[in-house]
Amino acid sequence: MEAAHAVTFAALGSHLLVGLSRAMILFIVSSGLSFVLGVLRVPNVAHGSLYMIGAFSAYTVFTAVGGQTGFWLALVLAPLVVAAVSFVAERSLFCRLYEREHLMLLLFTFALMLILDDLVKIIWGADYRSIMAPDYFKGSVNIFGSSFPKYNLFLLAAGPVVAVGLWLFTNRTKIGKIARAAAVDREMVGAVGINVSWVFAFAFVLGCFLAGLGGALVAPTVSITLGMDHDIIIEAFLIVTIGGLGNMWGAMVGSLIFGITQSFGVLLWPQFAIVFPYAAVVIVLLARPTGLLKSVW
Amino acid sequence: MADTNKKTLLLSTVLFIALLVVPAILPRFYTYIIASIFVTALLAMSLNLVVGYGGLYQFHHCAFYGVSAYTVALLITKAHVPYWVAFGAGPIAGAIVGYLIGWFCVRLSKLYFGMLQISLGSLIWALAFRWYSLTGGDDGIHGIPVPDFISSTKSSYYFILIVLTISLILMYIIIKSPFGTTLQATRDNPERCEAVGINVRKHQLVALVISTFFAGVSGVLYVILEQSVFPDLLFWVLSLEVFIMCLLGGWFTFAGPIIGAAMMVSLRTFVGVYTEYWTLVLGVLLILLIFFLPEGIMGFFLEKFGAKAPTEDHGGQH
Repeated sequence: MEAAHAVTFAALGSHLLVGLSRAMILFIVSSGLSFVLGVLRVPNVAHGSLYMIGAFSAYTVFTAVGGQTGFWLALVLAPLVVAAVSFVAERSLFCRLYEREHLMLLLFTFALMLILDDLVKIIWGADYRSIMAPDYFKGSVNIFGSSFPKYNLFLLAAGPVVAVGLWLFTNRTKIGKIARAAAVDREMVGAVGINVSWVFAFAFVLGCFLAGLGGALVAPTVSITLGMDHDIIIEAFLIVTIGGLGNMWGAMVGSLIFGITQSFGVLLWPQFAIVFPYAAVVIVLLARPTGLLKSVW
Repeated sequence: MADTNKKTLLLSTVLFIALLVVPAILPRFYTYIIASIFVTALLAMSLNLVVGYGGLYQFHHCAFYGVSAYTVALLITKAHVPYWVAFGAGPIAGAIVGYLIGWFCVRLSKLYFGMLQISLGSLIWALAFRWYSLTGGDDGIHGIPVPDFISSTKSSYYFILIVLTISLILMYIIIKSPFGTTLQATRDNPERCEAVGINVRKHQLVALVISTFFAGVSGVLYVILEQSVFPDLLFWVLSLEVFIMCLLGGWFTFAGPIIGAAMMVSLRTFVGVYTEYWTLVLGVLLILLIFFLPEGIMGFFLEKFGAKAPTEDHGGQH
C-alpha cells in the first residue's frame, strides 16, 4: 500500500517536471508568436515553420562543428538564421502589405509557410535527424524518487531566463518600449515621428527569433523532421489565445496549462492524453473568453 | 443588371452541360480529378457562407466535413445500416456538431471565435486520431462499400455533380433570401443590426448550422468518391487550406470559392506530377496573387469583364 502510494507520488512529480519543461519550450515559441500578434496584429501561420527551421539549422551547425562546442554554437546560430530568414521575408514582401486588408496578411503568412516548408524539404530532405546534448546534460537525476533527464532541467532554467530577458527588453529598453507602444496605439507612435514600419520589422524578427530558439532548444529531445511545425503552431496559437493576445506572461500561463495538462493526461489516460490540453483550452475560453490575462488588443 | 443575370444563368447552364459530357471524352483520371474538385468546391462554398457572407472566423470548418465523412464510414462499416440512412446521417451529424460548437463560438468575437473553434475541432480530431478501436486511428478506414450504381468513377462523378448543383442552387437561394441579406447586414454592421432588433448571434448560429450541413454533404461525397476516411480530414491544416481557397477565389463573390478550390486541387495534382515541391509553387503563386489580384481571381474577372464590380457587393461595410 505504502509502496503504491510512493510510486504514484513519484509518477506525479516526474510528470509535473516533464510537463513543466515542455511548457518552457511552448512558452519560448508562443511568446514569439504573441509578440508578433501584439505588435503587428497578425497571426503568423509561418511561425511553426520557423521553429522547424530553427531545429534543422541547429542540426546543421551541430553536425558541422560537433561535440559540446557544436551544441552551444547551434543554440546561438540557429535562432539567428531564423531571424535572418524572417528579416528578408519581412523587408522584401511583408512590409508592403501593412496598409492592406488584414486577411491578406494572414494569407501572406500562409504562403510563407508553404514556401518555407518546401525549402526545408529541399535543403534537408525528409529524413529524421537528431542532435545530441553535451555529456553533462546526458543521463538523469533523481527527483521525487524518480529519474528525470538532465536536459529537461536545462530547459526548466532556459524558460524563465527567456521570460526575464524578454521582460527586461520590453520594459527597460527604448526600442522595447516603442514596440509596446506600437502594440497599443500604432497611429500615435507614427504621429510622434517614429518609423512604425521598422518597429514592425523589428517585432516580427524578434518573434521569429524566439521561434528559432525554441526549435534549437527542443532539437536534442525530439527527432527533427518535416511536419514538426504542424503540432507546435496550433499549440502556440491556443496558448496565446488562452493567455491573452499579445501578453507575454499570458503566454507563460497558457504554456504551463498546456504543458502540464498534456503530461498529466499521459499519466491518467495515455491513449487520449492529446485530448486533455485541448479540453483545458476549451474550459478556459468558456470561462474567460478573452484569455486569462489582459490582452493588448 | 437583369442582363448580367441572364448571362450568368446562360453561362452556368452551358458549363453544366459541358460537365455532363466531360466523363464521356476525358480519361478516367481526369474525371476523378474533376469530381474531386467538386467535393472540395462544395466544402469551400459552404465555408464561404459563414466567412464571406457571415463575416465569421470559421477556422476549423473541416471538423464538420470530417465528422460527416466518419459518420457515414462508421455507419456503413460498423453498424451496417442501409446506404441512404448513412448518407443522410452524415450531413445531419455535421450540422448537429456545428450547432454544438457554434453555440459556444458565437458568444465570442472574431479571432476568439476562431480559436475556440480550433480547439473544439482539434478535440474531435484527437478523438478520431487516437480511438483506434473505433476509427482505425491514423490509418483511417478504407474500402468503404458504396452502392453499385455510384461505385465507378464515372457514376460517382455524375452523382457528385448532381448533388453539387442542387446544393449550390440551395445555397444561392439562401443567400438571396431575407435571411441571407440579414446575415450580410450582421457582417457589415453588427451594432446597428443589434440596435434595430436583429438577433445577431442567432443569425450567425443558423448560418453556421446551414454551412456545416453543406460541409457534411461534401463529406458524404468525399466518402463516395474516395471510399475511405482518415484523420487528416479533420486536421486544422485542411481547414486553413479551405479558408485560403475562399480568399484565393474571391470571398465576396458567389462562385469565387469554386475557382479557389479548382485551382488548389489542380495545382496539387498537376504540379505534383512534375515536382514534389508543389506547395512551393502554390506559395509563390499565392504571393503573386496577394500583390497583383487582391480581390481574388473571381473578383478580378468580375472587375475586368463583369458589369458589376465586386466592391459593390460589400459596399457600405465601413
